[in-house]
Amino acid sequence: MQAKKPQKTKCWQPKKPEANLLGTFLEAAQEAIRLLLAMDPVLVEVLVRSLQVSASALLISSLVGIPLGTWLALAGFPGKRIATAIIYTGMGLPPVVVGLVVYLFLSRSGAFGSLGWLFTVRAMVVAQVIIATPLITGITMSSILAVDPDLRPQLRALGATELQTTRAVLLEARAGVLVGLVAGFGRVIAEVGAVILVGGNIDGKTRVLTTAIVLETRRGNFDVALALGIILLAVAFSINFLLVALQGKTTI
Amino acid sequence: MTVYERPFSVLVENTFPANMTYALRDVVQQYGNRTVLRVATLDIRQGENLAVVGPSGAGKSTLLRLLVLLENPARGDIRLQIGDKVFNQRTATISQRRQIAMVFQHPALLSRSVWKNVAYSLEIRGEADVRSRVQIMLEKVSLGHLTQKPAHTLSGGEKQRVAIARALITQPQVLILDEPTANLDPQNIRIIEQLIHEQCEQTTVIMVTHNIFQAKRLADRVALLLDGKIIEIATNKTFFNTPRDPRTQAFISGDIIY
Repeated sequence: MQAKKPQKTKCWQPKKPEANLLGTFLEAAQEAIRLLLAMDPVLVEVLVRSLQVSASALLISSLVGIPLGTWLALAGFPGKRIATAIIYTGMGLPPVVVGLVVYLFLSRSGAFGSLGWLFTVRAMVVAQVIIATPLITGITMSSILAVDPDLRPQLRALGATELQTTRAVLLEARAGVLVGLVAGFGRVIAEVGAVILVGGNIDGKTRVLTTAIVLETRRGNFDVALALGIILLAVAFSINFLLVALQGKTTI
Repeated sequence: MTVYERPFSVLVENTFPANMTYALRDVVQQYGNRTVLRVATLDIRQGENLAVVGPSGAGKSTLLRLLVLLENPARGDIRLQIGDKVFNQRTATISQRRQIAMVFQHPALLSRSVWKNVAYSLEIRGEADVRSRVQIMLEKVSLGHLTQKPAHTLSGGEKQRVAIARALITQPQVLILDEPTANLDPQNIRIIEQLIHEQCEQTTVIMVTHNIFQAKRLADRVALLLDGKIIEIATNKTFFNTPRDPRTQAFISGDIIY
């Protein structure tokens, strides 16, 4: 583009940025409360779907990630360093790339195209599982590695079986494992790039909180978009508070 | 010490001496290419208290890890007799392993209460009467007032007493102790030595110690380990008064620095 900077920057400046921003936030908060109190059916549906998709993904990721992380931490095998590096890389996977790959696999010409999962919540769960599993695996692994390495042989020498020992070590690392779950859930509930690619943001079918925010922002309904954002934050806070409370109960 | 003239492979189960707990034959332990332990013969009688002394790096801890069946020797055989059953490190079942308990120099406790740490030994065995037995055991190690305290907040001596309590609560046939009183204050040493002494009657006790005076106070027999080999093993009296080997003499008089 040709440089016409002076005029352009002037046009972009809102007249009273602070007042406007605050106003927008207040309106959004009012809107959020109004939507919640009214139990707006569209909002409830989107919220429930968000929770269902992310909770399913978290459950599957935990079932894979916690045992895998435990095994990676405790077992000795050739190539352990490479496996660890792969997991750590996976912790930072760009969601949109995950979305793209899942899209390719699930598209009609892809390897799993015959499942017909593209643009369904299942595809979204798959993408979120791929995003959350390395995170849960990696954090589980590092928190188990932080447990005193002398504990295992000492429990063995008290007569614990291998399984009992592993269970005790996992319990010792429970605070760290919980952080892994919180991080995994936080990542997938807030995720937008992958779910919009593989879910398609279909109204009444695959729309979740994050994709609804994208849509409302594009439509210019900033107050609704921001209200949804506030609700998303509130959900994340509630879940984390629950987990932290749970952690507090198990410290002794 | 019983001297076997035949190799151990000939020693079949029914000829295992009736009053022995351990019989080691030609046991060699190696880490990589380094041989850290080489024990031609070692017999440990049932109910005796054997102290193993020697400088750092002599292989004392390795010997204990072999005796508690935490590791397998590179070569040789470790036979045990508990009750009327004879087994070795390969054939030991979990219930046989559970007759052996070990206390380490640096206890690694669960980050839970004192009570939970001691109850753990019973819980893994699925045993009953946990509540009353733990309480009695904790009174015995003078920790009855700290039952609900998180284990990580204890002092070194208290931690070691928890470690001894969780080992003794299952009434093991064999008790193995690795430097149980190193770096502890005299009062804790006294409590712990008393507990070890009380065990001697029913239990085979094998303890490694840096402290030759402790060995003298507690042991029926003393073995000196140097460079992975047992230099001398003798009764307490013989070991300290009329040792055979000049190196034992040197060790007792402090000429071997460790």
